[in-house]
Amino acid sequence: MRFLLSALAWILDPAHWAGPTGIGARLGEHLLYSLLALVLATVIALPLGLWIGHTGRGRAIAIGTSGALRALPSLGLLTFLAVALGVGINGALLPSTIVLAVLAAPPILAGAYAGVEGIDRDVVDGARATGFSERQIVTAVEMPLAAPMVLGGIRSATLQVIATATIAAYLGLGGLGRFILDGLPVRDYSQMLAGAVLVTVLALAIDGLLLLLQRSLVTAGVRAATGVET
Amino acid sequence: MIRFDHVHKRFPDGTVAVEDFSLEVPSHQVAVLLGSSGCGKTTLMRMVNRMVDPTSGSVWIDDDNVADLDPVALRRRIGYVMQSAGLLPHRTVADNVATVPVLEGSPRRAARRRALELLELVGLDPGIADRYPSQLSGGQRQRVGVARALAADPNILLMDEPFGAVDPVVRRDLQRELQRIQADLGKTILFVTHDVDEAFLLGSNVLVLRKGAEVAQSGEPSQIMAHPADDFVAEFIGGPRRRLHTETRDGVQAVIDAEGRVTGFVDQGAG
Amino acid sequence: MRWVVANWDQVVSLALNHVLLSVLPILLSLVLSIPLGWWAHRRRTARRVLLSGSGILYALPSLPLFVILPVLIGTQILDPLNVVVALTLYGVALMVRSCTEAFDAVDAGVRDSATAIGHSPGQRFRVVDLPLAGPPMLAGLRVVSASTLSLVSVGALIGVPSLGYFFTDGYTRSFLTEIIVGIVGTVVLALLFDALLVLAGRLLMPWVRATDTRREDR
Repeated sequence: MRFLLSALAWILDPAHWAGPTGIGARLGEHLLYSLLALVLATVIALPLGLWIGHTGRGRAIAIGTSGALRALPSLGLLTFLAVALGVGINGALLPSTIVLAVLAAPPILAGAYAGVEGIDRDVVDGARATGFSERQIVTAVEMPLAAPMVLGGIRSATLQVIATATIAAYLGLGGLGRFILDGLPVRDYSQMLAGAVLVTVLALAIDGLLLLLQRSLVTAGVRAATGVET
Repeated sequence: MIRFDHVHKRFPDGTVAVEDFSLEVPSHQVAVLLGSSGCGKTTLMRMVNRMVDPTSGSVWIDDDNVADLDPVALRRRIGYVMQSAGLLPHRTVADNVATVPVLEGSPRRAARRRALELLELVGLDPGIADRYPSQLSGGQRQRVGVARALAADPNILLMDEPFGAVDPVVRRDLQRELQRIQADLGKTILFVTHDVDEAFLLGSNVLVLRKGAEVAQSGEPSQIMAHPADDFVAEFIGGPRRRLHTETRDGVQAVIDAEGRVTGFVDQGAG
Repeated sequence: MRWVVANWDQVVSLALNHVLLSVLPILLSLVLSIPLGWWAHRRRTARRVLLSGSGILYALPSLPLFVILPVLIGTQILDPLNVVVALTLYGVALMVRSCTEAFDAVDAGVRDSATAIGHSPGQRFRVVDLPLAGPPMLAGLRVVSASTLSLVSVGALIGVPSLGYFFTDGYTRSFLTEIIVGIVGTVVLALLFDALLVLAGRLLMPWVRATDTRREDR
């Protein structure tokens, strides 16, 4: 409790907020790293997942690859890429983005294909027989009906990415992980704990925001159709 | 007019759904494909709107070989009703009915007006236009399915066991409704069912199919009933159950089937 | 390869440590989650509290958790126990949901008929609910196993020895081979654990393979 209070005091100290190494700047960096990785992962995994769900092809490969990616240790991949790409501190954003995107891709992929797969086949068949083109089936039928699961996948990816973005600091990058790694060698528990608390609060706050977004994006019709209480 | 010309269908897994089938359905008539599940009747029907392409042979609509037509455009000018209705669960009843007109670029307002008319035509209260399919009963959903199929005013309707999933009372209602609509609109209808009574009630021409979509017998309902071509047809349309005679029981004329069960009484007033 | 041979003793001892740090959290998360999941399955309020609680738990980043725990449970910062407790928490966070959903998915008709032919509630749990909830629980446990093995290596940042040591050491020395050995070692262990879990599942639930297994994984 004493440590927790001192961490809170550390966070509330205005001196720790200002400047390029302050909480404000670190928060911004943390969000930037996370956003980059999430955009990269979504751009790759979402269309792929929708395609797998639509065609029914490649499902086994997707599950296998996702499982293998999950077993891949993030710290190992991070150090490997950093050394292999030989980028140094200035280019460290590339390996950290790749690692976080690798982490984010499986839940997004799974959300997309499971969402499409979960749609009643008769609905898709009926749409096709009514004269929807394949593209219209994907955009007007499968995407809205899979939306709750797609957004659920993105949410869980976001949670993991924000939590894991702390390890970017290990390559000398910024972000909230800085406070933890800077505090470690000098045993500055208040600072380390403050970093940990900030990351957790950030992750939960963003998750709450996404939940609200999910609620507003999922229309009444989709709610009635999928019975999802988001 | 719909014409099947020696169509044959073998699926990639090797099963032959249709051996060699030919048929001509004249315009404004109701042809019923009658058979048990797996006889290939649905496969045949889905060849008309290219949901299935035949392995060999051809399907014609008037003078067009459907293989030469764009499948999406083709499907938009053919109405399709399926057993589960297949409505889009995330769209309202009105939007579902207006699907094809909107796909074809009709303005939303006009499409909605047309949708409300169609709901009335199929015997639904237009007040349900803004509900979602999950809020309707099974019978209501089927009616919406019929309305959707009629929305683009197609010449051809394909109906795949459209009333198979509703209870018998509702089924009777829906069948009567379809007869009424057909008397008004005179569409060319290809109707698939395994229900003998339904086939004989609705079909001007009925085809009894065995496995591989082989035609066991075709003709008008009364013809098939009176002169089943073989044991298979006789058995399928009800066999001994339909061979009735009368006896006097408890002082009234009772109708007795071949197994000795009383199935009804002769109406004395009418006699 | 030559590097592996030359450093074989270190590879083995770190791998062993890695396994030791992983096994306990994986087993504990299963053992703890079954009663919790059952509770959440039966009681509405328990469900809400447990499921949202596990959601929050999963939002905790691993590195900070390793750091916070000694403060909360009074251990030394380098104590491996921190890693074990932290990973158990993650495991439970994932498994409680799996177990709850697994119990939810047991066919109500089967449960009903078991009661009707005279199973006591305890017997019914042992004979019907637990075995029938087994397959989805196993799927959940496989996810827990993979993520635990991967997370153990993060402990290297605070100096808890595991295959993760090869990552930090290889990074400071810019020595790719060492990092690759660490990654391959971790993945091999993950595959090994997964194979063991699948095998255990086949032995304990022989009926699964006889019926539909299409949706064994999500």
